[in-house]
Amino acid sequence: MTDHALNQAAPRASKKASPLYDPKVRSIFFQILTAVIVVLVVWAIYNNVAANLARSNTASGYGFLRGRSGFDIGQSLIAYTSDSTYGRAILVGFLNTLLIAVTGIITATIVGFIIGIGRLSHNWLIAKLCTVYVEVFRNIPPLLVIFFWYSGVLAILPQPRDAIVLPLSTFLSNRGLTFPYPVWGEGAAAIPVAFIVGIIAAIAFGIWTKKRQMATGKQLPTGWIAAAIIIGLPIITFLVMGAPLTFDYPVEGRFNLSGGGTIRPEFVALYLALSLYTAAFIAEIIRAGIKGVGKGQTEAASALGLQPAKTTQLVVVPQAFRIIIPPLTSQYLNLTKNSSLGVAIGFPELFSTGSTSLNQTGQAVEMISIMLTIYLSISIATSLFMNWFNAKMALVER
Amino acid sequence: MKKTLLSAAIGAAVFGLGTAASAATLDDVKAKGFVQCGVNTGLAGFAQPDSSGNWTGFDVDYCKAIAAAVFGDATKVRYTPTTAQSRFTALQSGEVDVLVRNTTWTISRDTALGFNFRYVNYYDGQGFMVPKSLNVKSALELSGAAVCVQSGTTTELNLADYFRANNLQYNPVVFEKLEEVNAAYQAGRCDVYTTDQSGLYSTRLALSNPDDHMILPEIISKEPLAPAVRQGDDKWFDIVTWAGYALVQAEEFGITQANVDEMKNSTNPDIKRFLGAEADTKIGTDLGLTNDWAYNIVKGVGNYGEVFERNIGANTPLKIERGLNALWTKGGLQYAPPIR
Repeated sequence: MTDHALNQAAPRASKKASPLYDPKVRSIFFQILTAVIVVLVVWAIYNNVAANLARSNTASGYGFLRGRSGFDIGQSLIAYTSDSTYGRAILVGFLNTLLIAVTGIITATIVGFIIGIGRLSHNWLIAKLCTVYVEVFRNIPPLLVIFFWYSGVLAILPQPRDAIVLPLSTFLSNRGLTFPYPVWGEGAAAIPVAFIVGIIAAIAFGIWTKKRQMATGKQLPTGWIAAAIIIGLPIITFLVMGAPLTFDYPVEGRFNLSGGGTIRPEFVALYLALSLYTAAFIAEIIRAGIKGVGKGQTEAASALGLQPAKTTQLVVVPQAFRIIIPPLTSQYLNLTKNSSLGVAIGFPELFSTGSTSLNQTGQAVEMISIMLTIYLSISIATSLFMNWFNAKMALVER
Repeated sequence: MKKTLLSAAIGAAVFGLGTAASAATLDDVKAKGFVQCGVNTGLAGFAQPDSSGNWTGFDVDYCKAIAAAVFGDATKVRYTPTTAQSRFTALQSGEVDVLVRNTTWTISRDTALGFNFRYVNYYDGQGFMVPKSLNVKSALELSGAAVCVQSGTTTELNLADYFRANNLQYNPVVFEKLEEVNAAYQAGRCDVYTTDQSGLYSTRLALSNPDDHMILPEIISKEPLAPAVRQGDDKWFDIVTWAGYALVQAEEFGITQANVDEMKNSTNPDIKRFLGAEADTKIGTDLGLTNDWAYNIVKGVGNYGEVFERNIGANTPLKIERGLNALWTKGGLQYAPPIR
């Protein structure tokens, strides 16, 4: 009976089924529809921009990048004058953005790690202090934190004529921190080479001690020896080359301290604000990661006789990393993107030099497209690196 | 079928948006009933909202004059505050109909940016302001100074050129908004403040101790400040141009806001023609306006001299001399072509 009914139903269904009710056909249809809409919208936007550009009689194209910029930039990692091109001005901004991103990410990670662990501390005061830090910074907009440092803290420093004199001919004023700038003499190029050789040697040494430990079970203080190699080798090279180093000392000029190197308050304010702001989020991510490792893991480790420090190092942290890395990536991206807030305090990062170039040339569409592309590239590069790191740390399931 | 209909609809919608803005500006302005005027975010004497949100200032009066010419009513203006950075995009994109924002007329703005300028409403030049305590008497003594400047301006470019040409070192401290530049100068972040001289007077006024600061004698550039419109709409360009000239011409004729009505009965044929009181005049209608357009301007905001004195002249806190901005008959540069 049932067999019979099934046999009858099947041919009827296939005979009646119109493609309208076929889920496969439907899904393909809607995918094509979506694709067509996306293409149409992009095409219409492109057309609209092209038509409006033609109508507004503005010049277009990227040729302006080779033109003389004509404006100066206060802080630059590469040689730049007002005779340089717009392209170079944008490059200066890009490098300043990278500088803020890299220094900010390193500091935010270190501070975030300390605060995150601190919140888990059994010491009541430390735990509460860390909680207050997180709650304060997490609930203030980053722009306000930047202004707090720039207008609230750094602006009350004295004028350069009354600069605070610190040891080693270093001066602190509202123009920044001015310090003796090292001028390298002949043969100084060997020092960074020695540094790189030191790092390679330290890595090789690390691999060797690990092998040795696997084979014999004997341990060496690897960290200390590696540090000695990395620091010691450049110092020995420096001495062997006859100490090719002099300093350009800052001296009091009519308006400012002249000579020496200066860390400008705009950089300091942006760096501190972004680092400390992002650190609050990273602290929470670290705490969540550590909390996410099951209690049984710690108990099992101590049952095996591992000391608490070794338990953290070998059992908890590697597992916590798997939870920490993905959200950490987005915090790094946030910090990089927030660096564009530097424009508010006059730090010449990418958005700042880019929008000045935009305004001097009037090439709005071109400049915006360049800035978009650069920010997107930085973010994608960071993401790819962190994804690679995540894949390396991830649990390998067999 | 469904697909093509939908795509056609989307295409029409987006494309329709794209073409709507290309109609003549005068028709747009008349249709919406007001002039959208791009002004400074806040520059005392030139464009600044008062405590009740009403915009006043020298540039603002030019916006009002244009509205008076078009509508016979100087109040039919809406203001868009623009920064030095956003002003050009605002005009290019059609967000504003005219930009009267102490903007320097340069060849690249006239050509590459796609704008049109024709007359200068204020002849300015770039100067420097320093605290008196620095004991500086000339800009040539400024080597090594930190200089506060607004980004994206001709000022920023002139500054770089001037210091380079005179072999002076300086340290630029650059901000996007005028308020930020002012705050930085006041906080002592920089030794020198540079912008157009009119702006220096205006900024000095806003400092807590204006008398502690002095403006150096050097003028390092020509800054002809001019209203700008988009290229490709000659009719609207003519209206903006002649609204400005009408202010100057009215001063030359001695027509003021107070006496404009009796001047209509003047026996001087030039004045009668100017005020649209001549029998078969076509001047106003040829502009695309009514024949009493110039009358409306003077009735609405007064003549050039009145606009100047009311906002930035000797009796205002800014105390700016007429100087180059006096009428040509009094040794200045303000000169209107004949209105006939």
